[in-house]
Amino acid sequence: MKRSFMQRAAAAPHIVWSVLFIIAPLIFVVYYSFTDLDGAFTTENIERLFTSNYVLIFVNSLCLALISTVICLVIAYPLAFIFSRMREKWQRVMVLLIMIPLWMNFLITTYSWMTILEDTGIINSMFKAVGLDPVHMINTPAAVVVGMVFCYLPYMILPIYTVMSGIDPKLLEAAADLGCSGWHVMTRVVMPMSLSGVVSGITMVFVPSISTFYISQKLGGGTFQLIGDTIESYFVGTAINYHFGAALSLVLMILILLSMAVMNHYSDAEDEGGRRIK
Amino acid sequence: MRKYIVFALILVFAALWMFSCSGGETEHLYVYNWGEYISDGSEDSLNVTKEFEAYYEELTGKRMKVHYTTYPSNEDMYAKISSGTSNYDVIVPSDYMIERMIKEDLLAPINLEAVCEKYGAECYYDYIGEDYRGLFYDPDDIYSVPYTYGRIGVIYNTTMVDEADIGGWELMWNEKYAGKILQFNNSRDGFATVQYMLGLDVNSTERADWVSAQEKLLEQKSLIQSYVMDEIYNKMESGEAAVAAYYAGDYFTMLDINEDLGFYYPERTNVFVDAMCIPKGSQNPETAALFINFMLSPEIAIANAEYIYYASPNSLVFEDEGYIEDMGPEAMEILYPEGFNFAEELNTYAYRNLDEGTLEMINSLWEELKITGGMPTHVYVVAGLLAVSIAAAVAAVVIVKKRRARWY
Repeated sequence: MKRSFMQRAAAAPHIVWSVLFIIAPLIFVVYYSFTDLDGAFTTENIERLFTSNYVLIFVNSLCLALISTVICLVIAYPLAFIFSRMREKWQRVMVLLIMIPLWMNFLITTYSWMTILEDTGIINSMFKAVGLDPVHMINTPAAVVVGMVFCYLPYMILPIYTVMSGIDPKLLEAAADLGCSGWHVMTRVVMPMSLSGVVSGITMVFVPSISTFYISQKLGGGTFQLIGDTIESYFVGTAINYHFGAALSLVLMILILLSMAVMNHYSDAEDEGGRRIK
Repeated sequence: MRKYIVFALILVFAALWMFSCSGGETEHLYVYNWGEYISDGSEDSLNVTKEFEAYYEELTGKRMKVHYTTYPSNEDMYAKISSGTSNYDVIVPSDYMIERMIKEDLLAPINLEAVCEKYGAECYYDYIGEDYRGLFYDPDDIYSVPYTYGRIGVIYNTTMVDEADIGGWELMWNEKYAGKILQFNNSRDGFATVQYMLGLDVNSTERADWVSAQEKLLEQKSLIQSYVMDEIYNKMESGEAAVAAYYAGDYFTMLDINEDLGFYYPERTNVFVDAMCIPKGSQNPETAALFINFMLSPEIAIANAEYIYYASPNSLVFEDEGYIEDMGPEAMEILYPEGFNFAEELNTYAYRNLDEGTLEMINSLWEELKITGGMPTHVYVVAGLLAVSIAAAVAAVVIVKKRRARWY
C-alpha cells in the first residue's frame, strides 16, 4: 500500500522523536561502553562487569525484582479477574482507584513509605499505642520489595484487566456447560486467554524494579547496593566514569531484552497451541 | 473582506512580536547553585534573585531575568558543566571541585573591579576577610570568590546519647547506639569519618591506606541504621536516628524542628569553602561578575548568611552587629569558633582533587563495603525457590501442551 505524502508527514514527528530520544541515546550507550576515557576502543568495561562485585550486584537486583514481580502478579491476577467480571460502572470506578496512586509522584510515595515503615514511623507508633512490640521494617530488603510492589502494582493490574475484560463471558459459561469445574474454567480458559496481559504486566513491573535506585536508597537505607544505585554512582558519584556506567546499563538492557524474549517465546508457543486445538 | 481582516491581524501580531523582541531587551542570567543555598523570599526573607533583577535594571536600564537552578552535589554540577551542553553563568563549587575545574580549564577568570568600574557599581571584594584569600584551590584568587565555609561535625540526640560518649568520631562506632547511627552515603565523606578519627590523610593515593579505612567501615556496618544524604534531616528531626555527621549550618535547620539535638566538632574534621565561579561557557561573564559582586553587598550577604546558616567569609557579614545579634551566641560559637585557624585547618583537612584512578579505587572499595553482608541470605532462598517453581510450572505447561498436541 502506498502512503500519501500527508500520511508520511504525520509520522515524521514520531520518527524524529524516536531517533532523538531512543536511537541516539542507545548509540551513545553502546559507544561509551566500548571506549575508554581517551575514546579508544576497549572491552575492558565489559570485562570488569564480570568480576565478583558486579555479578553479585546483578544477582541482588535480579532477586529483588523477581520477588516483587511475583508478588505483584499474585496480587494483581485475581484482582484483575474480579474487576473484569464486575458491572461496567463498577469496573470504571475500580480502574480509577488503581490509577489514583499513579497520579502521585512516585518519589513522594516512596518518601512517605519511609516515614510509614520507620522504627518511629506510623506503623510502629500504632503498635506501641496498642502495646505491641515494635517491628523493625525499614532498611531491609523486605521494605524495598514493599515499595516496589506498591509503586508498580498498577502496571501489573491494568494490562491483565484490559485483556480479561475482553474475554467473552459466554466462553466461561460454555466451558462450565461442557463440564468444567470452576478451577478448570480458570486454568483451561481464562489463563491461556489472559496470558498476553500477564506477559506485558510482568515486563512493565520487572523492568523498572530491576533498575530502580530511588526506592532502594530510601527504603533500603543504602545498606545494600543494587544495579540502579551502581549506575547512578558512575554518572554523578565521586568517581565519574560514563564508560563503565554505560557498560553497566548496556548489560542491564541486554538482560532485560533476553528475559523479554524468553517470555515472548513462551507466550507465542501458547497461542499456536490454542490455534491448533481449534 | 474577511481575508483582509485576517491579513491585518497577522500584521498587527507580527509588529507586536517584533516590538516585544527589540524594545524589551531582557537579559538573562543563569545561576546554578546548591539547593537551599540562597535567600529565596520564603519565610519573610529577602528574595535575592528578584533584588538583583531590580538592581540591574536600575544600574543599566535593561530588564534582567535570573534563571535559578539547583544541584545536590559537586559531582552533579561537574557532570553538567563538563559535558559542555549547558551555559550557566554563575556556579558555586566547593574547594576541591574548583581545583579540578581550574585544572580542566572549565572556569573563566573573574575581575570584579574592572566590571564594577565599567558599570559604576561599588566593588565589595575587599571585604572578603584576609583568611579567606589565596587558598590552595585558587592561590591567586583569579577564578573564585568565596561564598560560605564550614566544617563537618557530629549531630546527636541529647535524649538518647550519653554526654560522656561525645567528643570524637568514636561516637559513630559506639556499640551502645547500634542501629541508631547514620553514615554518609557518599564514598569520600564516608571514608573521611574514619580517616579523621584515625588521623589518616584524606587525600592519600595509596591503596593500602584506603583499604585500612575500609576495614574500619566494615566494622561499623553492623551498627549503621542507614547510609544517607538528604534523608538525614527527616531521620534526625523525628528521632529515628541518634547520631550522624553533617554540616554545621544544617544542624541549625534540624534544631529548629527538634530541640533535643546537640552538636560538636571532633578534633580533626573536614573544612570546606564554597565559592562563586564563572564557567568558561558563560554567555554573559560580565553580568555574572556583577551578580557575584551583588552577592557580596552587605544587605544581600547578610540576608543569605541568615537564611542558610553557614559561616560567611565576608567581613561585612561576620563583623555586622545586627547579624551577630540575630544569630545568637550559640550559633556564633559553632559557626565562628574562637581561635579557629581557618587557613591552616583548610590546608590540612580539606579534600583535594584526586586523580581518576584513585577516585575509581575509592569508589570500588566503597561498593565492596556496600555489597558485603548487605543482603540477607533468605532473600536468595526466596528468589531461588520462586525461580525454580516458575521454571517447573513453565516446563509442566510445555510438556502437557506437547502431549496434548500429539493426541489431536
